[in-house]
Amino acid sequence: MKLYEKHTAYPVTLILNGVRRSAPAEARMLLSDFLRHELGATGTHVGCEHGICGACTVRVDGVAQRSCMQLAVQADGRKVDTVEGLNRGADSELGDLQQAFKRHHALQCGFCTAGILMSSSHFLEQVPDPTEQQVREMLSGHLCRCTGYTNIVNAVLEVAALRKERSEHA
Amino acid sequence: MKPSAFDYIRADSAEETVSLLARHGEEAKILAGGQSLMAMLNIRLAQPAMLVDISRCRDLDYVRVDKGQLVIGAAATQASVENRATLAAEVPLLDLVFPYISHFQIRNRGTVCGSVAHADPSAELPLCLTALQGEVVLRSKAGRRVLKADQFFQGMLVTAVKPGEIVEEVRFPLREQGARYAFQEVSMRHGDFAIAALAAAVTNDAIELTVGGVADRPQRMRWPRLAGADLDGAINDFAWGLEAQSDAHASAEYRRHLVRRLGRQLITEASA
Repeated sequence: MKLYEKHTAYPVTLILNGVRRSAPAEARMLLSDFLRHELGATGTHVGCEHGICGACTVRVDGVAQRSCMQLAVQADGRKVDTVEGLNRGADSELGDLQQAFKRHHALQCGFCTAGILMSSSHFLEQVPDPTEQQVREMLSGHLCRCTGYTNIVNAVLEVAALRKERSEHA
Repeated sequence: MKPSAFDYIRADSAEETVSLLARHGEEAKILAGGQSLMAMLNIRLAQPAMLVDISRCRDLDYVRVDKGQLVIGAAATQASVENRATLAAEVPLLDLVFPYISHFQIRNRGTVCGSVAHADPSAELPLCLTALQGEVVLRSKAGRRVLKADQFFQGMLVTAVKPGEIVEEVRFPLREQGARYAFQEVSMRHGDFAIAALAAAVTNDAIELTVGGVADRPQRMRWPRLAGADLDGAINDFAWGLEAQSDAHASAEYRRHLVRRLGRQLITEASA
């Protein structure tokens, strides 16, 4: 049992994109705000703050979930992956999902994109060869007002096909 | 928005949780997956003085088959049930329903017991528990009591949980021999709250229809194997008996229409 008293900040430590990071947080601080304001990881965006829009989606211990719908203290000791970890090291090439989004014009303003990328990265590990319907169901947890979704669907399906091709030739 | 301030306790076991609840009573609220509660905290519909987080209680994180039931502990996520390879054989109705429950990202963290404890009248898991006449195990420091779904759900967001109690587990009966199921719902968007959600179960000698999103809690009706105009009449009576309300999403008339049309369609599907 561990008590975090109100109005008091406690150290919260997590493994952010493979790097151990620590900062103080009060119990009521959301994981989304902890990432942005305490750790400076502003790639994760905050939209509705009640689980509808999907912009703040990150992976906690590999699992895609809303960072606005959990407390920073709940993520203490967990592995948290955000959009900043999708490329292959700082200032390096974009990851395959990001490249496909770029190729397909699967983003315009980019506000929703970080969340969609994190959902897609978990989803494709779980369902490596999805149907368009499955991709659309996964995307139903995200709001995008620019693209009309079609280009996002195409990008995710292309990554699945490319990964499949690569594994068959490996 | 952001939650108002609260004390937060991370509990390590069910025993510890019920001790904390015994000490702090109604000012403490249980946090598991938080996919209903966190939204209520963020918009300050709920402002508890204390949260007791059970999501790391390993003794509450289980999904197992026991005595003819699928038993799901309070810390088990919806995804951990949805992704069971044997679910379609064990509780086919749940297997049909999971894709309709909110979204992938929410099911990954939300718990089955949490949805049941929240008791939203349009939520799918309370509907399934009612349709299958499952059980809810409530635990307090004084002991346990087991309630049937229709004793547990008492109204909109209202359940039989008393101060000091947690929903320790829910139990869904395994597939009844020869029973067939069908499920459908109508919502504004895939994953949104249902305007009406219906589950049909058909056995050799009975037809059952359970409706969510219309009355203040899921409602179940059972008939013998009626057909034709007799069945239409029975469903119509059931639809009127639900006392549907009009709201921003749909009129009471449309909800009754959905109960009649979808009800008939699902019974036909489950009878095939």
